[in-house]
Amino acid sequence: MSDTDAGSGPDDDRDAGWFRGLRSEADDADTAHERIAAGEAATPRDWPRLAVDSGFAESASAYYDRLHEATTQATREAVRERERADDKQLIHTVRAMDDCERVANELAERAAEWAGSLFEETDAGLAGARAVAEREPSGDLERRAVSVSARAVDLADERDALSATIERIAPAVAPNLAAMAGPELAARLIALAGGLEPLAKKPSGTVQVLGAEDALFAHLSGRAPSPKHGIIYTHEFVRGTRPADRGSAARALAGKLTLAARVDHYAGEYREQLHADLRDRMEAIGARAEADE
Amino acid sequence: MSDPALPDGVERRSFDGETRLATRGPPVYGEPTDGEWRAWDPERSKLGGMFELGVDTGLTGGETVVYLGAAAGTTVSHVADFAGPTYAVEFAPRPTRELLDAAAPRPRLFPLLKDARKPDTYAHVVEADVDAIVQDVATRGQATVAVRNARFLADDGRLVLSVKARSEDVTADPETVFDDVVSTLEEAYEVLDTARLDRFHEDHLGVVATPR
Ligand SMILES: C[S@@+](CC[C@H](N)C(=O)[O-])C[C@H]1O[C@@H](n2cnc3c(N)ncnc32)[C@H](O)[C@@H]1O
Repeated sequence: MSDTDAGSGPDDDRDAGWFRGLRSEADDADTAHERIAAGEAATPRDWPRLAVDSGFAESASAYYDRLHEATTQATREAVRERERADDKQLIHTVRAMDDCERVANELAERAAEWAGSLFEETDAGLAGARAVAEREPSGDLERRAVSVSARAVDLADERDALSATIERIAPAVAPNLAAMAGPELAARLIALAGGLEPLAKKPSGTVQVLGAEDALFAHLSGRAPSPKHGIIYTHEFVRGTRPADRGSAARALAGKLTLAARVDHYAGEYREQLHADLRDRMEAIGARAEADE
Repeated sequence: MSDPALPDGVERRSFDGETRLATRGPPVYGEPTDGEWRAWDPERSKLGGMFELGVDTGLTGGETVVYLGAAAGTTVSHVADFAGPTYAVEFAPRPTRELLDAAAPRPRLFPLLKDARKPDTYAHVVEADVDAIVQDVATRGQATVAVRNARFLADDGRLVLSVKARSEDVTADPETVFDDVVSTLEEAYEVLDTARLDRFHEDHLGVVATPR
C-alpha cells in the first residue's frame, strides 16, 4: 500500500484523491464509497496518473474501471440513503428540534436564575447558561448549577444539529416545497399535515391556515374573524408584504406551496417553472403596492 | 457522411427513412435504434439541438468530459458514446436512479450525485484538465455554475453551455438574460460562439467558450 500519492503530506486527507491509501485489491469498497460521497478537494488534479503512480491502479484504464465501479456503487448508495430520508423521518426531526429548543430554553432560564443566586454576574437565557457552563465550580451546589447549564447548552447544540439535518434531508424529501418554503418551513408544513401525501391532498385554503387551528376554531364557532394565514406567515413573501396585501400574498403562496407539495408527492422532481410562477405572482403583488403609493 | 461540426462517433443516419443524429451505444430513453446505432433526439437534448443546428462546439470525439446537470442521462449517454471518460454530475436523487441505468453498460461514464454549485465536493474524484464541460442545469445562477467549474477545464478546453432564460428570470426579455449570463461567463471564459436554440428549445441559448 502506498501512502505517498499526490505529493501531499501523509496526514493531509483534504485535497487528496478519493483513492488515497486504498489498496489495489477491491476490498476497500466501503471506504471508497464513503470517500466519494463525503470527500472534498479544493482543486482537481490528474487523478488517473496519481492513482497509477501511487500503485492504486496498474494503468489509467484499470483506474477508470475501478472509478466506474466505485462511482456507480457510491451513487447508488447515496440515492438510496436520500430516498430513505422520507417524510416520516423529516417529521421526527422537526419535532425533536422543537422539543430540544423548548427544553433548552426552559432549562437555560432555570440554570441562569439559579446561577444568579450563586455567582456575582450572569446573563439570562441561553447566553447566560453558556457562560455559566464554562465556570470552574467549587462545592456541590455550584457543580450542579454549572452542570445543569451545560445540559441546556448541549440541548441547544443538538437543536442546531437537528436543524442542519433538516436542511440536508428536506430537499431530498420534497425538493420543490423545500426550495419554495425553505427547508424548515417545508418540514413544518409536512409535520402539521401529518405527511407529504396528506399535505399534497389538502386544498390550498387549508394549507394557507395550517398552524392556525386555534384561530380557525374560534372563527368557526363565531368568535373571531377567519385567519388569513397560519405558519406560512413566517415566509418572507407574506411577512415582507404590506399588511393590506398579506391576505392575497398568503393565498398566492399557499396555492403554489400546495402545487409544490403535489409535484413532490406525485413526481418527486424539481420543476423550475413552479418557482418562476411564484416569483411572477409576488412581483405582481409588489408592483400593485408600488402603484398604490 | 462527414460533417465538420460533428465529433467522431456522431453521425447522421437514416431511421425509418428519416435522417437523424445518432451515436453507437445501448438505448436509454426509448429512442429508435438501427443495429448498434441509436437516434439522438434534438428535441430532448440541448447538445443534440446544437449539433443539429450546426454549432461548432469544438468537440471532436474521444475527449474527457464533465457533464453538469445529467438528469436521467438522456444527453450524457450520447456524450459517453462518442467521448472518452465522462463524469456526470446530477443533484436530484430520482433522475440519478435512471442515470445509473444509463451508466451501467457504459464503462467510461461515471455518475455522481453532487451539487454543481459546490465543485469542492467532487474535485477529489473529477480529474483536472478535462477537454470539455457540457452544462445543462436549467436553474438560477447557470453562469455562476459554469464559472465555478472552470477549474476542471484544460487551458484550451471547451465549455458547451445551454442557458435557459426562464430559469434566471421569467419576466425579463430572454435577450437581456442572455447578455447577463454572457457577461458573468466572461469572468472566467472567452465566449467563442452563441446560438439561439429556439428551433428545438424555446428561449434557450447555446454558448461555446474557452477559459480565459
Ligand atoms: C434540463 S435538466 C437536464 C437534462 C439533461 N441535460 C439531458 O439533456 O438529458 C436539468 C437538470 O439539472 C439538474 N440540476 C439543477 N441544478 C443542479 C445543480 N446545482 N447541481 C446538479 N444538478 C443540477 C436538475 O436536477 C435537472 O435534472
